[in-house]
Formats: sequence, C-alpha cells, structure tokens
Amino acid sequence: MTRMNMIQAINSAMDVAMERDPDVMVMGEDVGYFGGVFRATAGLQKKYGKTRCFDAPINECGIIGVAVGMAAYGLRPVPEIQFADYIYPGMDQLVSEAARLRYRSGGEFTCPITVRSPFGGGIFGGQTHSQSPEGIFTHVSGLKTVIPSNPYDAKGLLIAAIEDPDPVLFFEPKRIYNGPFDGHYDRPVSPWSKHGSSEVPEGHYTVPLGKAAIVRAGEAVTLLCYGTMVHVALGVVEEAGVDAEVIDLRTLVPLDIDTIVASVEKTGRCLIVHEATRTSGFGAELSAQVQERCFHHLEAPIERVTGWDTPYPHSLEWAYFPGPVRIGEALKRVMKD
Amino acid sequence: MVDEAGRNLRPLTLHVPEPKYRPGDTVSFDDMVFPAAGSVARPPVDADPATMRDLPYTLIRVLDADGSAVGEWNPRLSTDRLLRILRGMMLTRIYDDRMFRAQRQGKTSFYMKCTGEEAVAVAAAEALDRDDMCFPSYRQQGLLIARDWSLVDMMCQVYSNAGDRLKGRQLPIMYSAKDAGFFSVSGNLGTQYPQAVGWAMASAAKGDTRIAASWVGEGTTAEGDFHAACTFASVFRAPVILNIVNNQWAISSFAGFAGGESTTFAARGLGYGIAALRVDGNDPLAVYAATEWAAERARTNHGATLIEHFTYRVEAHSTSDDPGAYRPADEALHFPLGDPIARLKTHLIALGEWDDARHDALRTELVAQVRDAGREAEKQGVLSGTAFNHGFETIFEDVFETMPQHLKEQSDWMAEERRVAGV
Repeated sequence: MTRMNMIQAINSAMDVAMERDPDVMVMGEDVGYFGGVFRATAGLQKKYGKTRCFDAPINECGIIGVAVGMAAYGLRPVPEIQFADYIYPGMDQLVSEAARLRYRSGGEFTCPITVRSPFGGGIFGGQTHSQSPEGIFTHVSGLKTVIPSNPYDAKGLLIAAIEDPDPVLFFEPKRIYNGPFDGHYDRPVSPWSKHGSSEVPEGHYTVPLGKAAIVRAGEAVTLLCYGTMVHVALGVVEEAGVDAEVIDLRTLVPLDIDTIVASVEKTGRCLIVHEATRTSGFGAELSAQVQERCFHHLEAPIERVTGWDTPYPHSLEWAYFPGPVRIGEALKRVMKD
Repeated sequence: MVDEAGRNLRPLTLHVPEPKYRPGDTVSFDDMVFPAAGSVARPPVDADPATMRDLPYTLIRVLDADGSAVGEWNPRLSTDRLLRILRGMMLTRIYDDRMFRAQRQGKTSFYMKCTGEEAVAVAAAEALDRDDMCFPSYRQQGLLIARDWSLVDMMCQVYSNAGDRLKGRQLPIMYSAKDAGFFSVSGNLGTQYPQAVGWAMASAAKGDTRIAASWVGEGTTAEGDFHAACTFASVFRAPVILNIVNNQWAISSFAGFAGGESTTFAARGLGYGIAALRVDGNDPLAVYAATEWAAERARTNHGATLIEHFTYRVEAHSTSDDPGAYRPADEALHFPLGDPIARLKTHLIALGEWDDARHDALRTELVAQVRDAGREAEKQGVLSGTAFNHGFETIFEDVFETMPQHLKEQSDWMAEERRVAGV
C-alpha cells in the first residue's frame, strides 16, 4: 500500500494496465512528454515509449474517432479529453459510433475504449472548464459512465474500465484531485494523505463497474451522490447529526439499483445530490427509479440538490455550486414529518 | 516479418512527431532559412489563387535586418501610422505585464500574455477598418488595444469585478466588446472560425461593405471547425480573413502535432482553393501588408484569404502552464525573427523619426497609463472567492432573453439559500 492522491492513483492505474497488457495505450492533448496538464499521464511515455503514449492533435473528434479505429484493430485505447467541456466535438464518434459498434455489427466489432476526462467545477474555471456533462452520456445507450470519488476507487475503477469490453466514460472530479473537498470553499482542504481511501495498492486490483459503495451506513435517510459531492454530502450529514446512509454510486451506467432500493426501503427517505444542472440531470433518472421501485416505502418526497440550470459562472461559482447550505436545507426538508 | 500467408513483409512503424529541442538541449535555429525581406512578389488583389500557389511556402517580410522597409509588400505607412502601431504593441505588452502580476498577486484566477505576438493583432487591426468584425482567439488582446478600447474595461473583465460588463461570468481575458467589433471569446478552440465566415456571408448577402477576420493558433487548425470554416469560405467566397497564428507551441505540443512537420499552415488554404499567404508574424509591416491585401481582396468580392503568421510564443501558454517542463527555457531567445516592438523601433530610428529617448519616454507614459487604469479598475474590486462582486440573481440573467419559470424558481431558491447562509 502507498499513499496516493487522485492523480497518482489514476496514473498508477494506467501504468498497471499498460504493464499488464501491451495493447493498452494512452493518447490525448499534452499527455505525452509533458504528462498531461493535470500530470495524470506523467512518466508513461518515458516508460512505455512514444507509440503507446503520445500527444494528439487538438481535435476531440479525431482523438475519439482514432481510438474507435484502434479498438477495431484490437487495441485498448485510453484517450484523454483535457476537460470534459471540450468533449462535444467528439460527440458523434462517441454517440453514433463507439456506443453502437457492438450492436450494429452483431458483436463483430467492439469498442473497448476508456475516455478519461476531468470534469466539474470549483477551480474558478469558468463555463468552459467546469461543466458536469455526465447526464448527456448516461442518456446514450451503449456507453458506461464511471465517476470515482477517492484514490482507491479511482485506480480500481479505472483498471476495471480499461479491462471492460465496452466503451466507458471515466469522469474525474478535478476539484478533489488533491484532497477531499467538503464544500466549504472558505476553509483549507485536507490533503488525501490524511484520508483512509488514499491507501492504494501499488499493483493490480479492480473495483467492479456497476457496484455502488455505502460510504456511511445509516437508518434515517438515503443520500445518493458521486464524485466531489460524496465529500460535501458526508460533511453536511456529520454537521447536521443526521443518521444518513450515504451511497457513492461510483458507476452511473450500469446503475447499482439494488443497493439503492435496499437502502431507501430501509430509510424511507431519499436525497439526491449532483453538481450538474438540474433539468434532465442524472438526478431525474435516480428520482424516477426510486419512485418507481420504492413508492410504498417513501415517507417524504424525494429531494434533488443540483447546480442551477445556467452556464457555470466564473466569479460566482460558489453561489452556483451545490454546497453545504443547499444540501443542508434539502436534508431538513426531506427529514420533515 | 513473415505473415500468416507466408509472405515476408516489412513491418510498419508509427511516426510520432518530436520537437527538435527539449529542456536541457542546446537550441539552434540555424536550419530555419527565410527568404530575404522584400524578395516575395505581391500579386494583384484579384489574382486567381491558382496563380499564386507559391505564396504559402515562402515568407513575406518587409523589414530587413537594418530596419529598412523593402520590396513590393512595403505598405508605405505614414510615420503617424507607424507610431500608432508601435504604441499599440508597447501598450499591449505593458498591459500584459501588469495583469500577469495581478494574477500572481491573487487578484484574479487566470491570465494569458501575448508577448512576442503583439504585431499579429495590433498591425492587423490597423490594416482593417474600425467597423470590420473580429472573431479572436484568447490571445488577441492587441485588437482591443489597437482599437483604443478602454483598458479599465478590459481590466474589470479580468478582475470579474463590479465594473465587468460580463458580470463575472467569463474566465479572465475572454473579453466581449461589440462596440469594438470584437466577438465574445470562447474557451473552446476554433469555434469562432466558422462564425467569422458566417458573419462575412451575412454581410455579403445583405450587400453590406464590412468584412470579418478571425484568428486561431496553429494547434487549433487541427479542429474540425477550422476545416468547416475553410470549406464555407471557399464555397461562398466569403469576405473574410482567416488568420493562423503559428506561435510554434500549443501548450506543450509543438506545431508538428498540428501537421507542421509535413507542410506549412498557410498551405492548408491550397486544397480549399483559398488565397493563402505566409508572413513574418514578428514584422509589423508584413502583417499590415498581408492584412491590407486580404482586406482589399475581400472587399472586392474575391473571397477569403488564409494568412499564416509565423511567430513564437515567448511566454507560457497561460498562468496555469510551466513551459520549462517541455521546452528549453532559452528557446525564445534563439527564435530568429526577433521581437516585433524592437524591429519597428529600429525601423523608425532608421527613418530618422524616432530615438531611444523618445522610446523610453513613450514607455514611461504607457506604464503610467496602465498603472492609472489598474488603480481605477481595482477600485471596483478584484476576484476573490468570498467577496462577491455581482448580485447572486445575475447568475440567472441572460440564459434567455425572458427568464422562464424554472429559472425564476431557482433564483428564489438561491436567494433563500444565501439568506440561510448569511451571505
């Protein structure tokens, strides 16, 4: 075991995957010699050579399209899109091609690519370095969507994604690359080294896709979240002294609905938190599924806490971010009666 | 390698580009050979692109090593115009220095300098008409400065403060100034290129007289938007100037990752049948002359021109970047095309219109101008995570012209949230 932050864990996952399988390769803008603008690919080109880790031209359509072609050859590409906000030029290759290749060819061609991309706000990145577009991809059949919340999961989930036979979007919450941010922007963030989940095995292991984690067991209310919001939610629950069960979804598609249903049937209350915009966000899907499956167990309306339905503002990002106050007030509402 | 059919074939290899120099290497650009200033012929502005296919492979230069303006591309500018260009470039550099320091002092989140590339924006702005429409990338602050836009207004945007007309919504330097003919800067690369073509097509369709111009870096020519723009510009002979600022580096990726190992960026125009020029981007007179030529061509319904400006990104990509990790620290010093401000200064001195004393006096004046503007702007606040410079309700404004019910509702929720938070 070694202490790792999120970046180091993600780097280690690619290192382990490349070491074990010569068909795994990494490409993206600035990922080669430089090692990525967030340093996630540092050292990989030096260790595995320029034909297994290289810079890409600035063309997200090309990065994803070329990855699809490499996968058709038999490789396992791990393309990086530098910010999730830049992924849109690659949408056609993802939605029309990667997601449907297995289906339309009757399994003749497959697409085991893992598209890594930092996402989410809280770094004063403005509207083009802050978005959470996961809901766009969960809406597409044929894509898996994975979002880790800590170094241990990040490494295990990324290895599982790379080894998965189908296309995976792996969104990395960049606000927690260096430490588990609890949503109090005016307080210092403790580094990952002070957090248990930064104990990461150096070698190979996986965290299975499609399995949620109960990060805090409780009886009073079920809190569904992922990524950065896991830490914000945990902080709110502790401060409020509510015996909440906090579930880190880890994978949005395929969703671990069994863990969710078992929890809501137990608690009778459900609060959903995500940073992405509200309308048609993944919270709407969660709310619908919980209502469909747990209606007779619910003691209060399901609450959703989200970002606002606006572009992500630069200077007012803390008024946009679903922080402790917004979650705390929703928690009070869902606990009423 | 013997394949399954028993054929003995040569194995393929994958080419991955590599820049000549990495940190620690000794830099020499001796193999970078340029045509002499004044040696490239200037075709008539209505020339058929098929008759000038050599231009994308040469380099239009006007200022020679002694600072003399020579050859057919010499735009023969008045001293007043030359001094305006000099002043604009110097002001841009001094403004950059101040705002870079402001970012380092924690007064804003981000900044991008254009050091060494001032001519590309300032001289081009001088060659365009004031009402021609510019669709810039994030490194053409010189356009605003050349158009005498308010420095205080620009600084307020960088500080996201109370004076920021964009209400603190945009990342610093992503200006928008419609009254300066300056389109809202996007953080996504190349999106402005087809938009510039569209604006130009609209101007042509309406029988207007204004043209459009856009700028991207050489790295961005890889984006699909670049090629979409060229296609539409060619098909509809749009009155547009498409500039490629080849500053050699796209963050850590050298120009080879945009195709620069195989051809020039100007040559991208050939396949589209668009007139294409390649100019010394550190020569303000060459930039002016090329822009003037392309503008006249566009105004006389001869269509678009693609211009590659060959220059060098002297500073980091942005305040978030560390170029020492991927290129030699002294590479900029070896770049053979010199500095645009120094070159124009030398030219003016050679003309007998300028000297060191007047140059120093101008710099002192401009430093004071920027300092005064900075003080004025900072009176209206700087960026901070805890001092909010704009009302919270502004988050919900301008998503649509008329605020729909769901946004009014969310605005009310936020007001309640801030009340609870005591903010």
